[in-house]
Amino acid sequence: MKPLLEMKGICKTFPGVKALSNVNFRLYRGEVHGLMGENGAGKSTLIKVLTGVYKLDEGEILLDGIRVEATSPQHAQMMGISTVYQEINLCPNLTVAENIFIGREPMKHGRIDWKEMNKRAELVLGRLNIYIDVTRLLSTYSIAVQQMVAIARAVDISAKVLILDEPTSSLDAAETEQLFKVMRKLKSEGYAIIFVTHFLDQVYEISDRITILRNGELVGEYKTESLPKVELIAKMIGKELAELDYLPGEKKSACGGKERRLLLSARGVGRRGTIAPFDLDIYEGEILGLAGLLGSGRTETARLLFGADRADEGEVELEGKKMSSMTPRSAIGHRIAFCPEDRKEEGIIGDLTVRENIILALQARKGWFRYIGRKEQEEIADKFIKALNISTPGSEQLVKNLSGGNQQKVILARWLATDPKILILDEPTRGIDIGAKAEIQKIILSLCKAGLGILFISSEMDEVLRCSHRIAVLRDRVKIAELTGDEMDEQVIMHTIARGHTS
Amino acid sequence: MISHHSILRRVKNSRIAWTLLILALVLLFNLVFTKGFFHIEIKDGHLFGSLIDILNRAAPTMLLAIGMTFVIATGGVDLSVGAVVAISGALAASMVGGKLVLKGDVQEYISIYPMWLAIAAALLVSLASGIWNGLLVSRAKIQPMVATLILMVAGRGVAQLITNGQIITIYYKSYHYIGTGYLLGLPFTVFIVGLVLLVAWLLARKTAIGLFVESVGGNRTASRLAGINSANVILSVYTFCGFCAGIAGLIVSSNVKSADGNNAGLWSELDAILAVVIGGTSFTGGRFYLMGSVVGALIIQSLTTTIYSVGVPPEINLVVKAIVVFIVSLLQSESFRKTVFGNPAGKGRVSA
Repeated sequence: MKPLLEMKGICKTFPGVKALSNVNFRLYRGEVHGLMGENGAGKSTLIKVLTGVYKLDEGEILLDGIRVEATSPQHAQMMGISTVYQEINLCPNLTVAENIFIGREPMKHGRIDWKEMNKRAELVLGRLNIYIDVTRLLSTYSIAVQQMVAIARAVDISAKVLILDEPTSSLDAAETEQLFKVMRKLKSEGYAIIFVTHFLDQVYEISDRITILRNGELVGEYKTESLPKVELIAKMIGKELAELDYLPGEKKSACGGKERRLLLSARGVGRRGTIAPFDLDIYEGEILGLAGLLGSGRTETARLLFGADRADEGEVELEGKKMSSMTPRSAIGHRIAFCPEDRKEEGIIGDLTVRENIILALQARKGWFRYIGRKEQEEIADKFIKALNISTPGSEQLVKNLSGGNQQKVILARWLATDPKILILDEPTRGIDIGAKAEIQKIILSLCKAGLGILFISSEMDEVLRCSHRIAVLRDRVKIAELTGDEMDEQVIMHTIARGHTS
Repeated sequence: MISHHSILRRVKNSRIAWTLLILALVLLFNLVFTKGFFHIEIKDGHLFGSLIDILNRAAPTMLLAIGMTFVIATGGVDLSVGAVVAISGALAASMVGGKLVLKGDVQEYISIYPMWLAIAAALLVSLASGIWNGLLVSRAKIQPMVATLILMVAGRGVAQLITNGQIITIYYKSYHYIGTGYLLGLPFTVFIVGLVLLVAWLLARKTAIGLFVESVGGNRTASRLAGINSANVILSVYTFCGFCAGIAGLIVSSNVKSADGNNAGLWSELDAILAVVIGGTSFTGGRFYLMGSVVGALIIQSLTTTIYSVGVPPEINLVVKAIVVFIVSLLQSESFRKTVFGNPAGKGRVSA
């Protein structure tokens, strides 16, 4: 059988980054094909090349044996390649029917034929076994239904290839099952579906074959049933199993001393649809690592502990004192600090200077009228610029003009200035260059030596292993294990993630 | 050492410099075309002249612009300040009014309620208006333009209710002093503006409020995660803005010796917004420039005065104003300046 879609030798380079190099991809009629890879593996670049968002540098794309090159997503759609994104690209303020037929409304006497449109919308959705009132606004329906409306629209515009980019990331289990039903129906009708996800179980549940990318290169194409989970994980993060049997002998002990003081203890803390209830302890002078694949609930865990999101069950004790409800302000009041993952949106305030960014949290804790004088501000800023080796022409530089690594250091400085007891670091080394990375890791270790309790999150398992004294493992938004001592090695972690529990 | 070049660059990138340049251009135009524009003379110990007149007439706009600066810096806008001007003026006027009494042989007007009480009441109601706006924006999370639109429309109704739909004339002499009086040779309004500006500056630069306002306007999510209570920051800027509008209302009603619920402060919110934007504060929030806003208000008033004194026919004077505002806005636009004057050198990226 000839593949419906074939991508051969695809190369795509961005300034300074080789995003895809010589990637092959095949998709057959009537299959669900899982596209897997960690962050930055090239999944979304591959999809964007396919749908004409990016122009490919080298290689060719064959659809039904004919060479094609989409120039825009609209063009790709006309050729039969449609994409449904995680954030739904529909208009919530229009009705379901309007969304399905937007831009191609059935007309009668030069006016929109609403009756016909609603009838046809019901028909289109009925084919996917979805029966809803199509005259209601899209926003009145759940994300899952909205997603299926998007799929129905794509299918109705005669898609042959349907790309689902992280469709389940905001769905609960029942909704996911509903979506899978629709996918199976489409599959049986001969549609070819590319399924991008971070959820391992889901790939195994629905996909026939899996293509794995890593660092912009093709790792391989596998039949789902003949690829054990642990091997999939190994291939995604780039370690062969044999290689993993070798372990560096170095083991760490908590650097705080024998008497470890419990700083934070969370019991049954969870939030519906975000992360299942978990227990977690953070000790003085200890780095607790959070391991897990992307989307496993690492960030969500951190956000609940800081109060950035509200937990809807469980309780947190800080140094033995029960907290009623956590908000960032109360967390800061109890000397908890949080460097969020999304530096740009949640961390820096780009239009303010380095100095202002550094003193911000300290000033916020002091309140409106206990103003930190300009001179003291400068002293604090200069102290941290020096201590963290922040590369800036001076404390009056706007933060947005700094490089990523230095912006990260500024946020770190903002929190260190508040003299925290607990430091939550969500991907502090993401997207910054090697040198700055090593520096930040060094800073983290020395802070731990100074007695801080640190919660450390990183997508890079190496880094988590190197820095942590204890590791909590997450999978599919559930905390499944806590590893200490000898258990802390890559293979154990990967087996744990694959199995879903400790042995 | 600061080189000559870098001083030039700092001037070029400084917002206030552009605003001052525009004011200078407007004044320069008058130097050439309006006779006696810069002439200031002393009559009865008071200074008189076009420049003094501009200072005096710009006072309400300057006050509104000062309050509006904080609001715009948080990424919001307050459309209701014109209506608050009317409410404040109406309340003060109806409480002061003027009762004709005979003192010996002399007829004299006295205040219905004590004047201080009238002023206090007007300012309290203005504060309440600001709090109302602030609650709608910060707690009910209504978009600022919509939230303040409510009071912009309803406020005129409130003002008319206070005056029973009449234009109240204020006969009580002491009240006239607020808008027309002189102190140390200068209009009293100049001192009011100076005092409010001083308070605003102290709040902005000697407490943490200025930093919080800029931080919330720059990135609200990040500010929340840094522990700033952005809801209260927003509430307080609208409250202060309402307070400033209240003072402006006293000046306006005192100036015309009457209160007109329909027309007092009409469209003044637009002048205030324009003044803030001319002054260099971005409508998207973030950095704000108090002095810039004040100079912006002066530019608007200078422009109006100039148009009248040059004798532009009234039917085209709005067109002239529009053209000047258009040019000013272009000059304030960074991307326009970049295109016309080339890339400013001070914008280099710093890398690790």
